[in-house]
Amino acid sequence: MDALKGFINFLAYPQWSFTLSLVGFAAIFWSKRLWSKTGGWLMLMAGTLFFGLSLLDPNFRKIVSKADNVPIVMMVFILGFFVWLSMNKAINNDRRLDSGEPTFEKSEVEDKVFTWPDLVFSEFICMVVLTVVLVVWSIALQAPLEEPANTSVAPNPSKAPWYFLGLQEMLVYFDPWMAGVVLPGLIVVGLMALPYLDTNPKGNGYYTFKERKAEILAFMFGFLVLWTELIVIGTFLRGPNWNFFGPYEFWDFNKIEPLVNVDLSELIWIKLFGYGLPGHWLPREIFGILLLGGYFFALPVLIAKRGIGKSWYEKMGPARYYIGISLMLTMMLLPLKMYCRWMFNLKYFVHIQEFFFNI
Amino acid sequence: MLKKLQSGIVKSQVWKSIFRVGIPTDNRKRAMAMLGNVALHLHPIKVKKSGLRMSYTWCMGGTSFFLFLVETITGLLLMFYYRPTVEYAFFDMVDLREVAAFGIMRELHRWGAHAMVITVWLHMFRVFMTGSYKPPREFNWNVGVVLLVLTLLLSFTGYLLPWDQLAIWAITVGSNMARATPLLGAEGPGAALLSIGGTKLIHVGSDARFALIAGRTIGGGTLIRFYVLHCVGIPLVAAWLMAVHFWRVRRDGGISGPM
Ligand code: HEM
Ligand code: HEM
Repeated sequence: MDALKGFINFLAYPQWSFTLSLVGFAAIFWSKRLWSKTGGWLMLMAGTLFFGLSLLDPNFRKIVSKADNVPIVMMVFILGFFVWLSMNKAINNDRRLDSGEPTFEKSEVEDKVFTWPDLVFSEFICMVVLTVVLVVWSIALQAPLEEPANTSVAPNPSKAPWYFLGLQEMLVYFDPWMAGVVLPGLIVVGLMALPYLDTNPKGNGYYTFKERKAEILAFMFGFLVLWTELIVIGTFLRGPNWNFFGPYEFWDFNKIEPLVNVDLSELIWIKLFGYGLPGHWLPREIFGILLLGGYFFALPVLIAKRGIGKSWYEKMGPARYYIGISLMLTMMLLPLKMYCRWMFNLKYFVHIQEFFFNI
Repeated sequence: MLKKLQSGIVKSQVWKSIFRVGIPTDNRKRAMAMLGNVALHLHPIKVKKSGLRMSYTWCMGGTSFFLFLVETITGLLLMFYYRPTVEYAFFDMVDLREVAAFGIMRELHRWGAHAMVITVWLHMFRVFMTGSYKPPREFNWNVGVVLLVLTLLLSFTGYLLPWDQLAIWAITVGSNMARATPLLGAEGPGAALLSIGGTKLIHVGSDARFALIAGRTIGGGTLIRFYVLHCVGIPLVAAWLMAVHFWRVRRDGGISGPM
């Protein structure tokens, strides 16, 4: 048992769990069976079994039963259900489309029914059920209230409200101006731009996967892997000093993680050239600047030249294509930075402390 | 006896003046019921059967709206007791738990707020998965994105109000980010550019974080600022945007469906 727990603790470490979730994410798009009823039940049972058995562990119990964390546990299960539901409906519709039948929605769309009673009644039921759920939840679980505010004693760890913990988790990899301002700002900008960037006329008003694979892939990657998974890590697996702790690990305040991170400039100038860092920031950071410049300015042009990128470029036109690809590349900067950290202990691509400009 | 009482009530002038149509028994009355009631007239008279399915909308938009109403009602009740000052805020919280009648108002409000964040995400996810942001609903998607941001801000400003360790340190962590805003944060890239004749315009006493928390550190000023935003400012804007949002659902041709 302890060996198994140790193994799961080990797998939970971001580099492994993130890699595993990438593999799992890819499986979404390979296997249709995952989204059948049987697949759904199996996933639910596996999830429940894992959660139920884990509850036997005191450290696990402690962190998931914290009052503010209970909603997040619920969210994980609810979100899992709705991902399954939407994919199940999408796959079923795809099958119908393949055999030339109308989608499920299409077969009913002409059929108009009276709002009273059909819709009003289900809304009423929905409200009654929700009220009961909320009241029971509120009686069962007391809202947290800790010690009175004291500006001179910071709790360890100090955590932002749970829905921002993905951003706080990003602080491990980026400076606050990126993790706290630029990236969240771009999430909002990207969401707002989405309807204007997506020119695919298909899949409007019904569930489908095959007609809009790229869109669904990109959105789910952002929402499930980069947003939700980081929240889960930040909530359940980050302890004192924002150190990482596996789900069954004791939150040891004395755990020390060696900080051995190095900048790209140091890797190149010192390790590779054996030279030493130039004094002025421009020659010092020139490689990082070239790298990021190439990533953001040359790569989009290259992608547009061939293959699937070319077809995007032709379908979307230059303005939509360049805005869309820049947003995508910014999003992908996060996993790229994460892997660079795990593989090379990379601290910054570009580190110009003179202007607080560190990426 | 009961039957008589019932028909007596339903036929009385008071009842008729309130419910003009009575229980709808035919199609004309079904339509009249929807038009005659200010809450119900948000809805059209008829809806697409495909859109009515719970498995299509997951009810998440409506659930978010319902939770917003729950938050408004419980929030109003909390306001009867709660005083947003450093001296009282925390102890009012204790009293809310121990002395106030219906001692679960805080719980309803807090769990409702958490739930609302989740349902708004799920609603967005549903709208994405049915491609309902595509023309003609691009604008309503944008209204939705603003509503999402407002929901998070409501939750964030509310988080400070209990004035306990959890509250102020969560807000500290959150608002510290503002310090690093490009150009406008004292420690943000480019802040040094904004200076006149060597005098910095952006410093810890004038940057984005200072504006957010009304001071150099979290204190009484932050509390009152967050309280006003939380209880008045943001809910007003959100309510207005929800009206726009619902109006646009109708104007864009009702709930989405395959053409
Ligand atoms: C979508 C709407 C809202 C959300 C997401 C929200 C969220 C929150 C949160 C997270 C708290 C902290 C709760 C706690 O720690 O117990 C809070 C507290 C509070 N809210 Fe709201 N709120 C919303 C609407 C409102 C409205 C409309 C009002 C007033 C009309 C209000 C009044 C209050 C008051 C007085 C408190 C302090 C009491 C307390 O913390 O329990 N809220 N809110
Ligand atoms: C406080 C937050 C929100 C409330 C109360 C709300 C409420 C609603 C309601 C009641 C509907 C009717 C259909 C349904 O229930 O699914 C709707 C539709 C819609 N919502 Fe929201 N919404 C909110 C946030 C959002 C967000 C965050 C987005 C997207 C980013 C969004 C985009 C849309 C769109 C595009 C429709 C039309 C969908 C269709 O016709 O199928 N809304 N909203």
